[in-house]
Amino acid sequence: MNPFSSGTRLRDMIRAIRACKTAAEERAVVRKECASIRAAISEDDPDYRHRNLAKLMFIHMLGYPTHFGQMECLKLIASPGFPEKRIGYLGLMLLLDERQEVLMLVTNSIKQDLNQTNQYIVGLALCALGNICSAEMARDLAPEVERLLQFRDPNVRKKAALCTIRIIKKVPDLAENFINPAAALLKEKHHGVLLTGVQLCTEICKVSTEALEYLRKKCITGLVKVLRDLTNSPYAPEYDISGITDPFLHIRLLKLFHVLGHGDADASDTMSDILAQVATKTETNKNAGNAILYECVATILSIEDNGGLRVLAVNILGRFLSSRDNNIRYVALNMLMKAIALDSQAVQRHRATILECVKDPDASIRKRALELVYLLVNESNVKPLTKELVDYLEVSEAEFKGDLTAKICSIVEKFSPEKIWYIDQMVKVLTQAGNYVKDEVWHALIIVITNAPNLHGYTVRALYKAVQTAGGQETLVRVAVWCIGEYGEMLVGNSGMLDVEERINVTEADAVDVIETAIRCHSSDLTTRAMCLIALLKLSSRYPSCTKRINDIILQQKGSLVLELQQRAIEFNSIIERHEKIRSALVERMPVLDEATYSGRRAGSVPAAVSTSQGALPKIPNGVVKPASAALVDLLDLSSDADQAPSSSGGDYLQDLLGVDLAPASQGTNQTDKRGADVLLDLLSIGAPPAQSSSSMLDMLSSGQDNKSAVGMLDNLASPSAPSAQASSPGASSSMMDLLDGFGPSPSVPVAETNGPTYPSIVAFESNSLKITYKFSKEPGNPQTTIIEAQFVNKSPDIYSNFVFQAAVPKFLQLHMDPASGNILPESGNGSITQKLRVSNSQHGKKSLVMRMRISYKANDKDVLEEGQVNNFPRGL
Amino acid sequence: MIRGVIIMNDQGKPRLIRFYEFQPVEKQQELVRSIYKILCSRAENVSNFVKVDSLFGPDVRLVYKTFATLYFVFIFDNSENELAMLDLMQVFVETLDKCFSNVCELDIVFNFNKVHTILDEIILGGQVLETSSSDVVMAVEDISKLEKNSNSIIPSIPGWQGR
Repeated sequence: MNPFSSGTRLRDMIRAIRACKTAAEERAVVRKECASIRAAISEDDPDYRHRNLAKLMFIHMLGYPTHFGQMECLKLIASPGFPEKRIGYLGLMLLLDERQEVLMLVTNSIKQDLNQTNQYIVGLALCALGNICSAEMARDLAPEVERLLQFRDPNVRKKAALCTIRIIKKVPDLAENFINPAAALLKEKHHGVLLTGVQLCTEICKVSTEALEYLRKKCITGLVKVLRDLTNSPYAPEYDISGITDPFLHIRLLKLFHVLGHGDADASDTMSDILAQVATKTETNKNAGNAILYECVATILSIEDNGGLRVLAVNILGRFLSSRDNNIRYVALNMLMKAIALDSQAVQRHRATILECVKDPDASIRKRALELVYLLVNESNVKPLTKELVDYLEVSEAEFKGDLTAKICSIVEKFSPEKIWYIDQMVKVLTQAGNYVKDEVWHALIIVITNAPNLHGYTVRALYKAVQTAGGQETLVRVAVWCIGEYGEMLVGNSGMLDVEERINVTEADAVDVIETAIRCHSSDLTTRAMCLIALLKLSSRYPSCTKRINDIILQQKGSLVLELQQRAIEFNSIIERHEKIRSALVERMPVLDEATYSGRRAGSVPAAVSTSQGALPKIPNGVVKPASAALVDLLDLSSDADQAPSSSGGDYLQDLLGVDLAPASQGTNQTDKRGADVLLDLLSIGAPPAQSSSSMLDMLSSGQDNKSAVGMLDNLASPSAPSAQASSPGASSSMMDLLDGFGPSPSVPVAETNGPTYPSIVAFESNSLKITYKFSKEPGNPQTTIIEAQFVNKSPDIYSNFVFQAAVPKFLQLHMDPASGNILPESGNGSITQKLRVSNSQHGKKSLVMRMRISYKANDKDVLEEGQVNNFPRGL
Repeated sequence: MIRGVIIMNDQGKPRLIRFYEFQPVEKQQELVRSIYKILCSRAENVSNFVKVDSLFGPDVRLVYKTFATLYFVFIFDNSENELAMLDLMQVFVETLDKCFSNVCELDIVFNFNKVHTILDEIILGGQVLETSSSDVVMAVEDISKLEKNSNSIIPSIPGWQGR
């Protein structure tokens, strides 16, 4: 060994690294090695260059940086000896990144090596080229590779074929040069060359339609013959895999057929016989045989319609499903997923087998099978399939329950033939796996329940029974608590009995028991407990006999450490004790929640809904409005507004929805109550409340609010009833204030922000020559979007032509401009141009609109340009 | 296309990493770690295929098999036949077995660059080059001879002679 070389042998370095006990030790060894390699590199010592590079490759595998060795690869490749070249090319493939300039340097060396006579060196160069070739190298070296496709040694020919694949992938334009040489490879007798030739043809067809046409015309009969020979006779025994003749060539040929037959009826016709033969003759007791069959099925499914073959293919997959080999069941399910789009009838026939796979011990197979079952469900089979799945839910493993539950819920929602069946299934799912049910699912369930008046009694009784057996399923408890709160008297009175039901005897105390258990349960979270409190409040009026007990339960929460619960408890307690007169009106049943709006919301703006509920809910004390508010993203929008400028009127709507109608607390009249509901309905149908209604609403609100901001707010709105704000009586409003404060935590609010449907027009721009006014309106149901009608008026004595208005907005806004009504603006205000702008505010409620504009026109044959910024948009747009 | 071949031991130490699409070294380590995590959590008697589109993009799967202390992993996209990949892995392992006569983890550790050369005779640029292990062994032996003949002139051929 060279005494001046500091390096150790590769073997010793690996040993040293393996001997390291800790990562720090390993780093130290590697650091030392790298230092000595760097030193050797700077000395430019050729003797140990390839050994050092081999070390670097090992170091690279361990994840350490080795970029300093890149140039060494190039030097080794350029050196004459085979061992150096081998390591050099290996380093090139492993260490080099795709930095163009380094690769440029290597192109020439590769070119020289491709022209060598030594087939092994040519092989090395081809291999490296096939692995790292860039587009530029592809262009430079394509002629060499093309020549090598006819090289005398088959090992070089096959490498050249695969190298060509890389080249045409990088530069598809080069494909046409390779069509003829590639087609020539199909006539090869050498196994490796034929195999790679078929692959090359498949890839060429993918990038070049010309090649595809050529092969369809010239080669397809030959290929069919090759496959037939292969299927019928032991073509080359040395290529057998477990007794199956050369499965890889089979598969490659079938893949080529896949491409050739796709979208071409004639070609499909030519190959259908041999496909049928492969599909029926191949042995299925070995993996290799199944691999061929699987590929054959893929090809059959992709070629042009041949009903008989397709059924055969799906039946093969059906047989795969009952195989004992997990891998085969797995791939069969994958393929059936594709087949279902082509021939769902054929797949439906294997429904029972697929359903069995849902119960497979292998998790990935279960998951696949479940997805497949999901695709198979339709109106006619939803009932039996759901039954199977729900039954399985009971015994399935915990980690699978989430997926399974989600799919069942989705199936039930999508295909439910009638409401009672839907409710039944949902109660079953909640009972089995309530903890896995997503929020929107039980929100939807509550909405369906409110919309089915004839089933209220049935549902509440079913839930009562379910909760007795499965009290640990939190979601079930929530839905049950909500329903008992709403329909408590139907539970006790057995009213609205259906024929299918059995009578149950539930006393008022029993019903309160359920809620008491839920609120006391350690595992119940804030949402559940808060829902319990509301249910109790409602029951205090529905169950007169239990009022005292209910009040006691509520009082226990007075000491809750959670502010929200404590506050609710105190407020509800005061309602029960001090406002008996109005209590029944206060806790009336929830208005029916609008199903269509909810599903529209869910389908249309799920992300928005999700972001609102995630972002805003934690801050909103009304976190518990979930059951209702899920339906009402509107409301969440309102309440997220409330984050910044919380609005007592927003709070009021929320309480309306909860059924905790607070309006009477201040005025105690049914009239306001009704008006509240009107507003609510308006909100639900997403229509802007009529003007009078909203002003009287303000009236009412302001009288209930004795804080100073009310004045400002009313000034803002120029409401006629301003004086009443100061005239409010503190005594009457004190409990009201408790409640309101509870729901809308911070003091100042321009009400206009949340319910004002009209906004004052503004003068957006005014100069000596031009005046621009903006009128605002909102699209119903879309609070984020403001429609601005811009009006342009010419103040000068000259007529303006080529009038163009441009506007720009910051990123959180989106601007859409309709065409203007014209481009000529008559002089001295004798007419105007209008243009509609539509602005969507993604930060609605947080940021106000702002806009820049530029106006250009021609006056007196002179181009005029005016610019301005609009900062005086009304708040809350 | 085959995206990559990884051999690692049951402790997650990589023994051979080969990607056919460029991956920076940090990314390679990260992928090896994520794959190891996936493989560790696989139960016994489950299928050998895992969907890894979270790591490699849509429709990419891996097939793995354990041989003694080693995990062999092939990563491939939807243009490959899963079951054939399983057979190809068998070919690779058989070839290693023939080249090292009864291969074990240490053979692969100390002769990693020979393993790379063997792999290069089976897969080239993510495409299958040869599926007959005897042909591969022949090609590798030819290269071996060439290395040895050059040996007289040049000092040591690291990690080639093997055992």
